[in-house]
Amino acid sequence: MAYEEMTGAKILVQALIDQGITDVFGYPGGAILPVYDELFQQNQIRHVLVRQEGGAVHGAEGYARSTGKVGVVIVTSGPGSTNAVTGLADALMDSIPIVCFCGQVPTHLIGNDAFQECDTTGITRPCTKHNYLVKSTKDLARTIHEAFYVARSGRPGPVLIDLPKDVSLGLGPYIPPADVVHKTYQPRVEGDRALIEQAVAMMAEAKRPIFYCGGGVINSGPRASELLTQFVNMTGFPVTLTLMGLGAVPASHPQFLGMLGMHGTYEANLAMHGSDLIIAIGSRFDDRVTGRLNAFAPNAKKIHIDIDPSSINKNVLVDIGIVGDVTRVLEAMIEVWKARGYKADAAAIADWRRQIEEWKGRNCLAYRHSDEIIKPQHAIKRLYELTKHREDVFITTEVGQHQMWAAQFYGFEKPNHWMTSGGLGTMGYGLPAAMGVQLAHPDALVIDIAGEASIMMNIQEMSTINQYRLPVKVFILNNEYMGMVRQWQELLHGGRYSQSYMSSLPDFVKLADAFGAVGLRAEKPSELDDVIKEMISIDRTVIADIRVDKAENCFPMIPSGAAHNEMLLGPQDKAEQPISEEGMVLV
Amino acid sequence: MSAPNNNQRHTIAVLVDNEPGVLARVVGLFSGRGYNIESLTVAETKPEAGVSRITIVTSGTIQIIEQIKNQLRRLVPVHTVSDLTIEGPHVERELALVKVSGTAGRVESLRIADIFRARVVDSTNESFVFEIVGRPDKLEAFIKLMKPLGLVDVARTGVVAIARGPQAL
Repeated sequence: MAYEEMTGAKILVQALIDQGITDVFGYPGGAILPVYDELFQQNQIRHVLVRQEGGAVHGAEGYARSTGKVGVVIVTSGPGSTNAVTGLADALMDSIPIVCFCGQVPTHLIGNDAFQECDTTGITRPCTKHNYLVKSTKDLARTIHEAFYVARSGRPGPVLIDLPKDVSLGLGPYIPPADVVHKTYQPRVEGDRALIEQAVAMMAEAKRPIFYCGGGVINSGPRASELLTQFVNMTGFPVTLTLMGLGAVPASHPQFLGMLGMHGTYEANLAMHGSDLIIAIGSRFDDRVTGRLNAFAPNAKKIHIDIDPSSINKNVLVDIGIVGDVTRVLEAMIEVWKARGYKADAAAIADWRRQIEEWKGRNCLAYRHSDEIIKPQHAIKRLYELTKHREDVFITTEVGQHQMWAAQFYGFEKPNHWMTSGGLGTMGYGLPAAMGVQLAHPDALVIDIAGEASIMMNIQEMSTINQYRLPVKVFILNNEYMGMVRQWQELLHGGRYSQSYMSSLPDFVKLADAFGAVGLRAEKPSELDDVIKEMISIDRTVIADIRVDKAENCFPMIPSGAAHNEMLLGPQDKAEQPISEEGMVLV
Repeated sequence: MSAPNNNQRHTIAVLVDNEPGVLARVVGLFSGRGYNIESLTVAETKPEAGVSRITIVTSGTIQIIEQIKNQLRRLVPVHTVSDLTIEGPHVERELALVKVSGTAGRVESLRIADIFRARVVDSTNESFVFEIVGRPDKLEAFIKLMKPLGLVDVARTGVVAIARGPQAL
């Protein structure tokens, strides 16, 4: 069969259309100009012009995570691609499907230290799921379709295509997606039946079980969250979620214990520690979750369901590891549970839940309210109370204290409505991510819960948000400190606040004005509700500068090097439990 | 479950698409995650299919070895990963070229070469180059014996390995 010949640039655009792509994020430059010329001459794909390439990748991440589609980025060679690196590393850690096209100098100049040349595939190899340098236009269509397949299959991730200028100008055949055969990468989606049988039998025996679920449930699609909630209901087992998993089970679910881990709830962490069976689903036993490994859930058997075999037995050895897609495995587990007529040990589970209720009684998220000064926790709580009636609220965050408070105090009822940089912890993620979310959901209420330090890292994207009239709300918890850095300095470094205070911050109200947005400010608790209501009611971009208590710390906290049952619950705990030497070297 | 902490040596055979960067991917995986490489060899073995075979000798705990294999399997151009050490009997071979210089130990070096079934592949009045094939420990024994006899240079290929019996990878 003869394929139509076209230029590489046109192949790229045609491939995007055939992949169902409607929006791309990017920034032009010399080596990628042929592609931009082609984009100019069509109207099926909308291009969002960011202000820095890092913003393009985070924008695509927000877009991808809120829609379940693949995010697409187009940047130029050299600095274009190096600026994209942080976003790619972020997407790799959080398993976000991205395809990033980078312009490259023409093939005959590669290796010559040409203008705006860098070894993009070399630089991005460890921070992408896979990457390609396309050396001939005849390979381009196949490569692009394979890139999309790799990005979204198995454990999703970022894939980069380095595109020399002569390849995008040259002629080659356009091969449609259906004609591309994937030779090697065939991730396993069906779980092993025998292991599923064993796992479910183990669950029926359990006395103190807990579901510990993560971003893999979200990545598996909304059906996975439904199945998980169904399984949680059927078994009566308690469930905790990781930072990346929030929304997989409704926050209002009576068996939901909140987030676990370093800033997780007392009840979630103690339930993990005291459990006799952990059912880990799409979670990866990350160090922020496990605390000190040799004291992690000492009496628990562990079942681990993950699509990535390398996640299983990586940090924590498990008893049953099931490789497969969460949706498929949960379907099979529920089927086995029903078919075999399994029942949870009702008496034991009732005892277990009573114990958990007792832990809940500690009210670990309590904070001292003030009428003088806005407590950051209170700000998030009010934001939640005043927006929870809406179905269409999407929250993004930057990284730090505000992120943890958002995770603790904002209740997520549905998957794909919470976008945060979990694995890499990228300050500056939230604003461009909110831009991507708003682009995909033009009528939704999209709020970037930010800190004043993080927001400065990609503040230039306010200009993009203005250009596309995106009514993103930026809710800054402004304490003039890098709050989490300051908190660690207080707890670990004798209160020596080295470089964590920012003087000369911009006036965020004026800054909003300069970017064509509306600036609001709340300085007293009495002003907070009005500012939040006004922010929501304005049909434009808003920056709300919420002046919060500068000294507030985020609790509970498992200090680094400590175990789940060695949590600090509040400021009164810190003097009694100094951090171990082993803990000091951990991040 | 608890993992024994003792390191084990494993020989892993990996079939990969012979494409640019594939070796860098494999090597980068090992360096990026802090795994050991004791030896690594690569060559195209199925030219018609564009497939190369990489043989890696590595060491680590059981858990690390499992990680290495799972991480290798995640790479897109990887077809199969086979742990020859645990999958049954296999043959390992390495080739070394060993240069011995000087006149004092000439006769003795030839005698030892004979015992080890090493061949002389180059000779001058004051030097030999021996070619020796065998398991790495045999090569090491030979090299050790050549040291006092004027050993000046060694080139080794690294280990290649294949499973015994009729089955292919």
